[in-house]
Amino acid sequence: MQFSEQWLRNWVNPSLSSEELSYLLTMAGLEVEETTAAAPAFTGVVIGEVKECVKHENADRLRVTKVDVGTGELVQIVCGAPNVAVGVRVPCALPGAVLPGDFKIKPTKMRGVESGGMLCSGKELGVPEDVDGLMLLPADAPVGQNIRDYLGLDDQLFTLKITPNRADCLSIKGIAREVAALTGAALQPQAISAVAPQIDDVVPVAIAAPQACGRYIGRVIRNVNAAAPTPDWMKRRLERSGLRSISAIVDVTNYVLLEQGQPMHAFDLAKLNGGITVRMAKAGEQLLCLNEKTVTLAEDNLVIADDAKVLAIAGIMGGEESGVTTASTDIMLESAFFAPAAIAGKARAWGFGSDSSFRFERGVDFELQRDAMERATELVLSICGGEAGPLNEQVAELPVRKGVKVRTARVARLLGITLSAEQIATILTRLGLAFDTLEDGFLVHAPSFRYDIEIEEDLIEEVARVHGYDAIPYEAPAARLRMLALPEERRPREDIRHFLAGRDYQEVVSYAFVEEAWERDFAGNADPVRLINPIASQMSVMRSSLIGGLVNVLQGNLNRKQPRVRVFEVARVFGKNAAGQADETTQPEKVAGLAWGPRVAEQWGAKAERIDFYDVKADVEALLLPAQASFAKAAHPAFHPGRCAEISLNGKVIGVMGELHPKWAQQYGLPTPPVLFELDLAAVEQRNAIKAQPVSKLQPVRRDLALVVDEQVTVAAMLDTFRQHASALVKEVALFDVYRGKGVEEGKKSLAFRVVLQDDARTLTDEDVEPAIQKLLDAVAASHAAQLRL
Amino acid sequence: MTNVDAILQAGLAAVEAVSDLIELEQVKARYLGKSGELTELLKQLGKLPPEERKAAGATINVAKQAFETAHNARRDLINAQKLEAQLAAESLDVTLPGRGLSTGGLHPVALTLERIATLFRSMGFQVADGPEIETDFHNFQALNIPENHPARAMADTFYVEGGDVLRTHTSPIQVRYMLNNEPPIKIVAPGRVYRVDSDATHSPMFHQMEGLWVEEGVSFADLKAVVTDFLRRFFERDDLQVRFRPSFFPFTEPSAEIDVLGERGWLEVGGCGMVHPNVLRNVNIDPEKYSGFAFGIGLDRFAMLRYGVNDLRLFFENDLNFLKQFN
Repeated sequence: MQFSEQWLRNWVNPSLSSEELSYLLTMAGLEVEETTAAAPAFTGVVIGEVKECVKHENADRLRVTKVDVGTGELVQIVCGAPNVAVGVRVPCALPGAVLPGDFKIKPTKMRGVESGGMLCSGKELGVPEDVDGLMLLPADAPVGQNIRDYLGLDDQLFTLKITPNRADCLSIKGIAREVAALTGAALQPQAISAVAPQIDDVVPVAIAAPQACGRYIGRVIRNVNAAAPTPDWMKRRLERSGLRSISAIVDVTNYVLLEQGQPMHAFDLAKLNGGITVRMAKAGEQLLCLNEKTVTLAEDNLVIADDAKVLAIAGIMGGEESGVTTASTDIMLESAFFAPAAIAGKARAWGFGSDSSFRFERGVDFELQRDAMERATELVLSICGGEAGPLNEQVAELPVRKGVKVRTARVARLLGITLSAEQIATILTRLGLAFDTLEDGFLVHAPSFRYDIEIEEDLIEEVARVHGYDAIPYEAPAARLRMLALPEERRPREDIRHFLAGRDYQEVVSYAFVEEAWERDFAGNADPVRLINPIASQMSVMRSSLIGGLVNVLQGNLNRKQPRVRVFEVARVFGKNAAGQADETTQPEKVAGLAWGPRVAEQWGAKAERIDFYDVKADVEALLLPAQASFAKAAHPAFHPGRCAEISLNGKVIGVMGELHPKWAQQYGLPTPPVLFELDLAAVEQRNAIKAQPVSKLQPVRRDLALVVDEQVTVAAMLDTFRQHASALVKEVALFDVYRGKGVEEGKKSLAFRVVLQDDARTLTDEDVEPAIQKLLDAVAASHAAQLRL
Repeated sequence: MTNVDAILQAGLAAVEAVSDLIELEQVKARYLGKSGELTELLKQLGKLPPEERKAAGATINVAKQAFETAHNARRDLINAQKLEAQLAAESLDVTLPGRGLSTGGLHPVALTLERIATLFRSMGFQVADGPEIETDFHNFQALNIPENHPARAMADTFYVEGGDVLRTHTSPIQVRYMLNNEPPIKIVAPGRVYRVDSDATHSPMFHQMEGLWVEEGVSFADLKAVVTDFLRRFFERDDLQVRFRPSFFPFTEPSAEIDVLGERGWLEVGGCGMVHPNVLRNVNIDPEKYSGFAFGIGLDRFAMLRYGVNDLRLFFENDLNFLKQFN
């Protein structure tokens, strides 16, 4: 909410500077977001009246004027403005004046004619106007007065960020009330008196939705001059509050809204058909609103209707048709109380709101309507003339303020400081909160404008706020010490991140919402979790895999000419659960990595070899250690069909890795495909309990077996067979070489395995070793037709 | 016996003259070998008269020892020179860069989170986690934000098909944690959160961290102490000015914004307050018995302040040139 400091100070004038006032408001929870000067600094400008005005002899566009600036002597000023004329009163900068932009005014000659000052436009004074040329002041503007004083330019515009609980501060009256409570300065409210009716006209009002509309006051005013100009003082206050002047009657309703906090509406009486009914809309009813939007109403919309049609959406916006115009002669003013629940959220659903709905949905003082109506009537009569009818007030269900109890001991317990009952009572009194004193505290009766005092904690906050949050001291808390659990079977997430960073992967963070195509291409997911309101179409679905994001990071960095990219991400992914599950979505966390480019960064003494499947596989194996993962050939939409593996731990698939399919590399503009992996984070986090085994002190025996097999035979299959047929002496079987070429038939390969045998009790002899080895050879010969290479 | 002396002198000169081990051994053979000159002299001792034999033998042995000493010294010297030459030849340019894999690094927001989590663990807070697609109940209703509450407009919410939302804050984690655990509860809950907002200072996805302490007797003064202590440790400035400014959140009462005094004035770094009794009731905790505080901070903002990053978007662009600075 924006307002003028001068206006506020008319209501309450504490002896605080603008800065101090701003700090006070901020520290009381009414955050001042911004203060700006109403006008830039300038000096030496007074009101002058042009007494003579003749054409300049040597210039067609210039006039030579004689101006009365209240000194008794006329000043000759040359002026080029088109609207200069005898009799106008305008701002006049005299020699010595300094205008915005450090523009100094001196006596000068213009085309040979002396000029002792400058007549000013609004623009030149930093207060731009619509008028082209000089700023024309009213005929009664006092000649000689400093223009800053006359226009009240030494003013600050405060912009407050009012939190949703403090709707009572959405008006000058409310802020003034708060400042008075905080500072103790006297509140000088606008005097409001009842306007005596001059005519009897009344529009009948029926409240058909008593819960939604607690009070409705209508008043007829006839024979108004709706085209009368809005007085400058009102215009100025409206403008300094961020509102545009529209027409006198609309300006009055806005002015009362700003001053009192009561939204009002003015109907053109001639457009009304019979009486007013405040009712819920019928589904499908339509209204063309003042903002030129047509809305279709639903049954939970509260409307103001006459006998024929909907006139306005209650508390939100009036209708274009029935609103007052400058041509109106008879009007009906509305001042009503609509319940927050009836208004909240409705305007947002149509994509618009108003100053009125903003206030109603947060809560308008339900005792304010009569005062606001009298104030508005008085202003209309004084500006537009006319004769007012009597108030027609209908009351339905108004909010009930229940007493709220606050216990002195509870204040101390929750705030951690001790305040005496007297201190609390003083604060309540300053806030204008009536209370009964109880044995252990107070029963507080919140006024009609406070919607935020419903429970004890609300009052404790009020006490703390006025006492000052700063005044609550802090000491290190005293508490029972408890050591945190540190389960060794769960690897801390930090360790996983650090491990990957240590293996030359850079962590990245990419958006969880992605292009739908990524889901299709990289995850084969035709039915991703969709956002209803994405900010862009390429961010419209929730990712079920981190692969797309990593490929995107690669693309971005290749565009920036990175020669080598190794990245990882730890994040949640999202998928739809099968029907019948408790949760609609499944949201597991994943850890995924991507490597592209040379195996090592460009360096001396190392060949520039491209990273491949097995480099990344080593990273994955190391990440999972001490668990031994198994890798099986698999098909996955993201990957090269011959270069993709499913990764399992203890028979359970926990992830996938592979080289990106060349078609995606091409489609996504990658010169060569990267290698990626993606694992379930939960599986990576898990770690088996460590149980140490005794270590044999006896010499191990090593035998190397070079075995020729068909190309299709996998190493994993061979190792499985070895494992099944290994005697107790066999401690390790591992592949250490793969050979194709001379000496090995086409279509076959030679796999070299290291077999390590050891006994815990004695040194092994050939008689122990040979049968164990033979058993292994027989097994792979039988299962895989493996032949010893000689 | 002048002969012996002459032979020795010649032998010693020959030893000094060689600079190669093979030649040295050849010289040795010439004097001490089977038919070496000194050996020959010994062989001829028998031809001398017996009374001269002893003295002559002694003289020859002295000469032999002198030769051997000289030979050994020469051998050691040659070996030493050889080693020296070898070492000199083997010397490296130690200024050449090291070889092999380089290292990666953590994202600055992860680094920030790690520091923060460590600070809070030192005070007994555990790290908790929760889903990012949340129900309306956990994200709003349990936090005292009923439908149509004006506070819902404070956070523009992403909705997914089916009516769930992308969590707009990390607060639903506290709801879940409180539903599943009994007080005392001391947690911090970091994570990604989402709001319909995108410009230089807003990202539609960003990181928050929630802190929660619920126990008997926890007070607003405790909240001020923990948050102030944390901010001073995080920024490593014992004199950091921290202020608590009254504010409004539906899930805390009293509520406060947390400001720190920076070079350009007060800067809002988070929100906090005493857990609203309705929230405690919603998770079956008796607000008459227990009280608690909660606070929330923006991790991205903390990373920006800590590392001097001025554009939030850099955290999500994943430019390696930017990220590598934090390694």
